Amino acid sequence: MAYDDDLREFEPVIGLETHVELGTASKMFCGCATEFGAEPNTQTCPVCLGLPGALPVVNEKAIESTIRIGLALHCDIAVWCRFARKNYFYPDMPKNFQTSQYDEPLCTDGYLDVTVDGEVVRIPIERVHLEEDTGKSLHVGGATGRIHGASHSLVDYNRAGIPLVEIVTKPVVGTGARPAEVAKAYVTELRDVLRGLGVSDVKMEQGSLRCDVNVSLNRAGEQWGTRSETKNVNSLRSVERAVRSEVERQAERLRRGERIVQETRHFHEDTGHSTPGRSKEEATDYRYFPEPDLVPVAPDPAWVKGLLAALPEAPSLQRARLTAELGLSELDSQAMVNAGALDVVLATVAAGAPAAEARNWWLGHLAQEANTAGVDLAELAISPADVARVVALVSTGALTTTLAKQVVDGVLAGEGTPDEVVAARGLAVVSDEGALTAAVDEAIAANADVAQKVRTGKVAAAGALVGAVMRATRGQADAAAVRRIVLERLGVTE
Amino acid sequence: MTDLTRLTAAETAAAIRERSVSAVEVAQAHLDRVAAVDGQVHAFLHVDGEGALAQAKRVDAGELSGPLAGVPLALKDVMTMEGIPTTCGSRILEGWRPPYDATVTARLKAAGVVILGKTNMDEFAMGSSTEHSAYGPTRNPWDLARIPGGSGGGSSAALASYQAPLAIGTDTGGSIRQPASVTGTVGVKPTYGGVSRYGLVAFSSSLDQAGPCARTVLDAALLHEVIAGHDPRDSTSIDAPVPPVVEAAAARDLTGLRVGVVTELTGDGYEPGVQARFDEAVQVLRDLGATVTEVSCPHFDFALPAYYLIAPSEASSNLARFDAVRYGLRVGDDGVNSLEDVMALSRAQGFGAEVKRRIILGTYALSSGYYDAYYGQAQKVRTLITRDFERAWESVDVLVAPTCPTVAFPLGAKLEDPLAMYRQDIASIPANLYGGPAASFPAGLSEGLPVGLQVMAPTLRDDLLYRVGGAFEHASPAPVPTLDWES
Repeated sequence: MAYDDDLREFEPVIGLETHVELGTASKMFCGCATEFGAEPNTQTCPVCLGLPGALPVVNEKAIESTIRIGLALHCDIAVWCRFARKNYFYPDMPKNFQTSQYDEPLCTDGYLDVTVDGEVVRIPIERVHLEEDTGKSLHVGGATGRIHGASHSLVDYNRAGIPLVEIVTKPVVGTGARPAEVAKAYVTELRDVLRGLGVSDVKMEQGSLRCDVNVSLNRAGEQWGTRSETKNVNSLRSVERAVRSEVERQAERLRRGERIVQETRHFHEDTGHSTPGRSKEEATDYRYFPEPDLVPVAPDPAWVKGLLAALPEAPSLQRARLTAELGLSELDSQAMVNAGALDVVLATVAAGAPAAEARNWWLGHLAQEANTAGVDLAELAISPADVARVVALVSTGALTTTLAKQVVDGVLAGEGTPDEVVAARGLAVVSDEGALTAAVDEAIAANADVAQKVRTGKVAAAGALVGAVMRATRGQADAAAVRRIVLERLGVTE
Repeated sequence: MTDLTRLTAAETAAAIRERSVSAVEVAQAHLDRVAAVDGQVHAFLHVDGEGALAQAKRVDAGELSGPLAGVPLALKDVMTMEGIPTTCGSRILEGWRPPYDATVTARLKAAGVVILGKTNMDEFAMGSSTEHSAYGPTRNPWDLARIPGGSGGGSSAALASYQAPLAIGTDTGGSIRQPASVTGTVGVKPTYGGVSRYGLVAFSSSLDQAGPCARTVLDAALLHEVIAGHDPRDSTSIDAPVPPVVEAAAARDLTGLRVGVVTELTGDGYEPGVQARFDEAVQVLRDLGATVTEVSCPHFDFALPAYYLIAPSEASSNLARFDAVRYGLRVGDDGVNSLEDVMALSRAQGFGAEVKRRIILGTYALSSGYYDAYYGQAQKVRTLITRDFERAWESVDVLVAPTCPTVAFPLGAKLEDPLAMYRQDIASIPANLYGGPAASFPAGLSEGLPVGLQVMAPTLRDDLLYRVGGAFEHASPAPVPTLDWES
């Protein structure tokens, strides 16, 4: 059965747990650096290696960032809370407990509004808490890079102790036929909020933003179903796919009269499907208890008030304001939002391009390129400033639209800035009137029959002559100018 | 010539300052003493002769100075010292050399104190006899057939056998005070947070506290001043001035001091000889001008069970890091066993029975469905005990009790009876649960073996301990061991 049918038969309840690595200069409980991609185990010390005797000290900047996230999500900020130890054995966790928060999170009870198909959906937020990230295991010798079949494992503790914020939604009900779209819109909006706060680089591909997706299905009027938790959902597209795949999987089981097992599942980017992980029966008892090595956190209410006052404009409000200022229609801005193009379009406008031109580039040629490459627009190797420069070159007549595309492709291919690509590829418009006239005359001579048709009033046939000239000049002529000269030479007016 | 090992720390430091003796001579005299007697006492797990002499040379060269510059010290093997083996008395850390100094170690080095080596202890500080060390027991210099107390029996035995005039101990439930009591030495558990725990290998984080051990009250105070004070690397460290402990140690009378005898820490369960020495000590305090009243602290009766839930719970988590992955013992890594197997085998072989018992206790107490009944309930008892102390401070300045219900018992006497062993700490545990300072001072002999007077004070009033100890020591000098076993 089709997904749409599944959602006619069952009501979905979704929930999202998002982990965000904060972009603090140092780790959560020590002074080690947090650079991504450094040589393994070069950003470590006795504290983040969990050596005997070492003790944690809270990174105040991380507390501040977490509170700002909570405030941006309209949460209540705790006046007093503690860290807790989450105890379980895993080799990439140096102390074999994770310092986290349990029943006393920093931020609780907020919401985030997201727009899906022009409609605002309010996502309720359960909690925002702060914890430390684990190290990374690398399994060597197996075929799949996974632990199964590996001959040995290596552990990199550079990531161990990087501050990690967990943002947990309450169960989201009433998403009807669009649970996947709502999930994706939520993570997208959350990413924009976090980026706007400047607390994280929110790069899903580098793992600084990670998502777990909870899904359950129930028939109308019945109790909520048993949920599964899909982990390893590491792109916006995957958020959508993971929800779809889980809705389909659960619907099929339920229809067959089978029960849903409460379990964690692992999402696979390649197949778009998930495989089972731990079931609830095998779940670890984390034996949480208050972290005795840390003192309670008691944020000064006046300080929190100051942080609230200094929050940047929410992305949704910013969008509304800018689209109004730029004169874009609601449909246009929604299209841009859905394509993830708004930020880059706005940045291109900020760099001097007219809104319409910026929109056309990002939703047109560049959207195709991004789609072909399977990346987000923002990940393309061309910056909004580059696009604005190309637009400027076209508007001054230095480039034709055809040439502009070649320049953009050059930039995408890593050949340099637009001006460097123009210079290197020799893409300047042929605007020498004499040279163009000569080329037109050649075309007329070579296509005497077409020229005759034009002379006798079939002006539309001039296109063939223009095309011949464009081919002859390898696209470097301005087509409008060529057309004007063709008509002049044939003594025709439009 | 004077036997340099018989001097107090204060006398030694003065002699070095006056250049009547060099720090190197002092260090060498102590290293010679260790070589001569430690075969019988077994106070040390590791002797760092080279490092000690190098540090002494720096003192003699005038590079390091201070009230204890050049004075030798024995460091409990639970404190990290860069490059020097730190085992915590456990096989699981055999061969581990820490890449960093504990804050206490760093402060000792900076003060010119000469660290002779690392002293024996019950494994991970869990025990009251030092018999739970994986490297064999330490013996009590008063009677080599008896225990030197624990967990810090190595430190107390080193003091009592004149192998060092100063030592560092750590006290989670009495591990400084009980060894001091049974070896006739001075041991002080400062206010929790008074001395940094950074580099102290954790047993129970909310209870562990490092402190000074010495043969005299003044020496302990001098050492207290060197190691105490705020440390930004320990979040639980108190950011307040160190109480005036050295000044307080000079007290010679106790006029106006209100002393409370804890009703619940006397009578049944305390050996008659211990009780008798304690009663005499209280009379001495009275003679020194103190007013003495009896104070009831009803919840002290629940201190021992609460402690044996809280401490093992925290220990079960603190000791999880010993998993054979990054350092220490690794067993069964044959390419066939799984990671979990290697972890389990290493922990099975690396930890001794007492440590395993407490890890299991703590794991159980924290587990889902039992947390409220055990850990949660114990925390409530802890609050009630704190209230008992606070109520006591409304009527008295300090509380006193025997440090320990018995004198040193023979090796092996309580090994098969963990609960009997646990009861050694029945009088010392309340101060740990409360967090206030407490000390043990020598209070005479019973059947030829030392008895300790325990003094407890309000948090941050460590100076009161030294005031009582200083005056008491002057009026009632500590007994001196005969050491007739020396060949």
